[in-house]
This record gives sequence, C-alpha cells and structure tokens, in this order.
Amino acid sequence: MASIDVESVGKIYTGGVRAVTDIRLNIADGEFIVLVGPSGCGKSTLLRMIAGLETISEGEVKIGSRVVNNVEPADRDIAMVFQNYALYPHMTVYNNLAYGLKNRGTPKSEIDARVAEAARMLEITQYLDRKPRALSGGQRQRVAMGRAIVRKPAAFLFDEPLSNLDAKLRVSMRGEIKRLQRRLGTTSIYVTHDQLEAMTLADRLVVLNGGQIEQIGAPLEVYHAPASTFVASFIGSPAMNLVKGELHGDRLAIGPAVIGLKGFAPTSGAVTVGVRAEDLRVARADEEALPFRLEYTEELGSQRLIHGAVGDQQVTAAVSPETELASEMRIAVDARRLHFFAADTGKRLPGNVPAEAKLAPAEPVV
Amino acid sequence: MDTKRTTFQNRWLPYVLLAPQLAITLIFFIWPAGQAVKSSFEREDPFGFSTVFVGFTHYARLMQDPAYLDSFVRTAVFAVAVTVVSMVLGLLFAVAVDRLMRSARLYTTLLVWPYAVAPVVAGVLWFFLFNSTTGIIPYYLSFFGVRWDHTLNGTHAMILIIIAAAWKQISYNFLFFLAGLQSVPNTLMEAAAIDGSGPVKRFFDISLPLLSPTTFFLFIVNVNYTMFDTFSIIDATTEGGPAQSTNILVYKVYQDGYLGLNLGSSSAQSVLLMLIVIVLTVVQFRFVERRVQY
Repeated sequence: MASIDVESVGKIYTGGVRAVTDIRLNIADGEFIVLVGPSGCGKSTLLRMIAGLETISEGEVKIGSRVVNNVEPADRDIAMVFQNYALYPHMTVYNNLAYGLKNRGTPKSEIDARVAEAARMLEITQYLDRKPRALSGGQRQRVAMGRAIVRKPAAFLFDEPLSNLDAKLRVSMRGEIKRLQRRLGTTSIYVTHDQLEAMTLADRLVVLNGGQIEQIGAPLEVYHAPASTFVASFIGSPAMNLVKGELHGDRLAIGPAVIGLKGFAPTSGAVTVGVRAEDLRVARADEEALPFRLEYTEELGSQRLIHGAVGDQQVTAAVSPETELASEMRIAVDARRLHFFAADTGKRLPGNVPAEAKLAPAEPVV
Repeated sequence: MDTKRTTFQNRWLPYVLLAPQLAITLIFFIWPAGQAVKSSFEREDPFGFSTVFVGFTHYARLMQDPAYLDSFVRTAVFAVAVTVVSMVLGLLFAVAVDRLMRSARLYTTLLVWPYAVAPVVAGVLWFFLFNSTTGIIPYYLSFFGVRWDHTLNGTHAMILIIIAAAWKQISYNFLFFLAGLQSVPNTLMEAAAIDGSGPVKRFFDISLPLLSPTTFFLFIVNVNYTMFDTFSIIDATTEGGPAQSTNILVYKVYQDGYLGLNLGSSSAQSVLLMLIVIVLTVVQFRFVERRVQY
C-alpha cells in the first residue's frame, strides 16, 4: 500500500522525440486511477516510467515517500499486468504465479499459501498444473492478474489488460478487476484507450492528449464538465456534439438559428458549443429551437440516435425510440446543459457547471 | 502446413517442371548411393576385371576392425566437441549482439562472414595460424610451455580441426540463436524484471527455455555438419593424421576407397554413414517439427 506521486515528469526518447510533458499527478493510497487517451498520447509511456521499464527523462516519481527514478523495476514494489499477459509459456500456471515470490526468496510454504489464495480468488485453482497455452484468453488474463496479486505489491499497474478479450468477456473482467481492487485496496494505475472502461473503473480519470494532461477528475466530473473540447469529444458515447456558435449578449447563434440562453452565457463572441446527445430533445411547438435536418438513425434499443445537421454542422441527438421522425425537425436544449469552450484554445469557459458534476460517485472515493 | 493446391492445364507440365531437379537427384544422389550399396556387398579384383558377391563380409570385418571402431570414437569426440564449442560460442555472441541497439547489424554482418569462407580456405587458414614453425599461435603458446606440433601430436591435431570446424559453424549457430532471442517477446523479459529476476537469471529462466527448439534443431544440424561436411577441412589440414588421430569416418571412406582402393569396404562404410544420417534426420523431423518447447 502506498501513494504514488508523479512530479513534473517528462519523457524524451533518444533522437529528441518528446512523448510526455510535465505530468503532475498525486495518487492517494488505495485509489484507482485510469489513464485514458487516444493511441500515442503517452499514457503507456507514463505507466512504464512508473513501472521502471522506461527511464524518466524529467521530474520525479515517488512511490510511498521514496523517489524511485533510479530504482530497478523489481525493487519498486509494484506489479504489472500486460496487454498480451506476458505469461511465461514454458511454466505451469503455478510457476507463473510463484516465479516472482521465488525470486524474492519467499519460503515455500508461504508461496504455496499465497498462490492458493490468489488462485481461489480468481477461480483458477483447477488450472494450476496447466501451461498457459492450454488456457483460454479469459483464463490467461486471470493468471496475469494472479501473478500481480500474489506479490502483494504497493501498487498494481495495468497496461490495457482487457484489450485482447472479446467484448462480453471484457465487461465481466472489468467488473472483476474493480471488485478485486476494492477488496485488496491496492493503489492501481490502469491504462486504456476505451473511455467506457475508464469511466466504469476509475476513482479518478486522467485524460491525456499529446503527452499532456487534459483533465484530472472523477468520472462524472469529467463527463459533465469536460475541461476542453478534446475531453468533451473523447469521453462519452456518442461523442459530445461540438458546434461553432456565436454569443450575442444572452443569445446564441448557431448557423442561421438563434436561441436564448436565460442568463447562462459566459462570455460573448465566437465560441465552441458542446452539447451531449442525450441533452437534446425534440422541441415543443412553442419553444425556441434549432432546425435539424435528419440524415440517418441508429437504433440502440433503449434509445435512438438521430444524426443530422444544424445549418452545415453535424449533430447527433439521443431520443426515445417512440419519437416521431421527419426529414426536417426542430430540436431544443436546456440552456443549463450547454458547454462553452473558447473557440481558439478549446478550453472550457468558466461558469455553467452542471450539478451532476459535483455528485458523489456511487462508491466512496478513498 | 497446408500448401496451396495448383491445378495445371496440361497434365505433363508438372512433371516437366520437376524433371531437372529429379534428374539431378537421380544422377548425383540416388544412383551413386545405389552403387555404393551394391558395391558394399561385392569384392573387386585389383585390376577391376571381376567382381564377386560377398554378402555382409565387409560389414562384418568393419565391426571387428579396431581402426574403424577407433575412427567411430574419434568421430563422436570430434562431433560433440565441435557442436558444443560452436553452439556455446554462437549463443554467447547472439546474446551479446541481442543487447545492442544500433550496432547490432554491423556485428551480425561481421559474425556471419566466416560462414561464407570455403571450408578448404578455413582449414588452410587455421593450418597456417597453427603451423608449428611459422604460425603465430604456436609462438605464443611456447611462452606457456606448450610445444605445439599438430603434425606429430594427435591431440594437437584433433584440437586444430575442432577449432577450424567450429569456427565456421559459429556463424550459423549465431544467426539462429540471434533470431531465436529476438523472437522472445520483450514483455516476457519485462515481466520477469518486475518479478525480481536479474539479467543473468532472466537469461537462464526465460530465454534459454524458450530457445530449446532452436537449440535442439542446431544440435542435430551441427552433428550432421561435423560428421559429414568437414571432409575438406581435414583434407586441407591434417589429412587424417598423425597416426590416424584425426581420421574421422567421412575421411576414412575417402582414404580407404580412393587412396587405398578398397572399394568394397569403403562402400560399406559410406552405407553405414548413410544410415546414421537417416537416423539423425528422422529424429530431427519427429522432434523438431513437433517442437520440444512447451
């Protein structure tokens, strides 16, 4: 058990390519942090620097109160779960789990007890004598988890551990990882490019883009108050609608359409306006609305996504499946549900933070 | 492995296409091999006018001939020594090069060069280096009190041909070991590093076991090489001497048949050699194909 502090960390590869810039992140003991971002955003590099598999070019990483910049991976008291599991193919499951303990000179009886406990927890007891190739993808994943658990490390590092599994298994393993982490209370850093995985697992999300942190926050905070247009478009499915608009006093012009903001305008002039698909609805006849030209629909069962254009900008709205459709429609939005971003930098403009962003998550954050 | 089935329009075309290779195999391999089997059961008079069928006489004599049995033992010593030396050094070089990033290609190229050297040239090269009157190595050895003379000392001669034969084979083993090492997934090594295993322990716990199919394959290939492909090295250096001490089986076939003109016995020896090759090949296919790994 330990906290992890990442202080102004950067990574420059030989040849001068910069992968990560000035990352500052304080992770509390027992916290589940998810690093999320598109491929190439530096999230894996950051994780590997914490693990000790990459050298740290700038800044410091502390595990507990110890600076680990020059500490070997083995001595950092961490365990890592790899994307391809990295199970030793010539060893049985038992030996895969026991290898790290044997290397540290743990007594045989202690090894047996810990392996048995981890195997029971992960329900892989009956596979202990098998080689990894005789296991299914999900079972291998469990063994990889087990190898991390038996060590009882200060922190778990997960490098996209579920991306090699099929969709169904991914969902169930996701739940299992969360359950195990809660039960063991071990500080965890989890890297993924899947925003849904990130949302569901994290105590706090760290959204990375181009080697820099875009936003740190609880999942709901990031979802309801994205700090930039990048975060807005990356977190949430379907992606948040981002359209160009212009503020004139209390009125917002999007293309030819103009709607009143009831006092929620944060500034004036050109802005990028963000609105979640589920915050859009078909307008009543008597309210101000945006003209919407329907292009195609996607049925999700519980809701229906309607894709179309407002003026010349693409917009997607999530409506109930019973909604009547027409080629020309009018859609409305509650002004409180709009997100405003600076047109040039893409940063969120102050004001107008929805109440949901401050909601406590379902489970208490440690 | 499933190869794609090709359909030919003309039913003779595939045979025509195969014919050159088949002709070469038939004329240069199958036919001489058949001749050898045939003449191993025959005895020819000194002038080649008549041949008599003698059954297994040649084989029976070989089995009682101390010179032949000694040659068997020498061949085994030679084969094992060359295989072990060249594989250990090949692996050592592969591990060294595998650790390099940018200069790896340069070293790979340099290390593969000896394989391009013709066996006779390799033999002559080492012959000169070890020449007891003019060679550089005996000169330095003399400081350690070693009086090197492979023309008189059988052990020295054996060491010379082992070095010459192994030197060429290191390149081959190096290439295969390097390829094997590079195909060990990097994350396995990283996982082991996190599991608290140092570089040396990682090599013995992870790399070496994963190299076992390569190692086994190379073992068979190397034994085959030393037993049957080292004729020119020996011919260029020791010519089987001194006092038969480097007269391995292949060279004895040549000496007895070509120099001693005892064609029947020589044929019987080559048939025995052929049997050994067949056994080794069968072993290789049965086990290597099925991977000995995990």
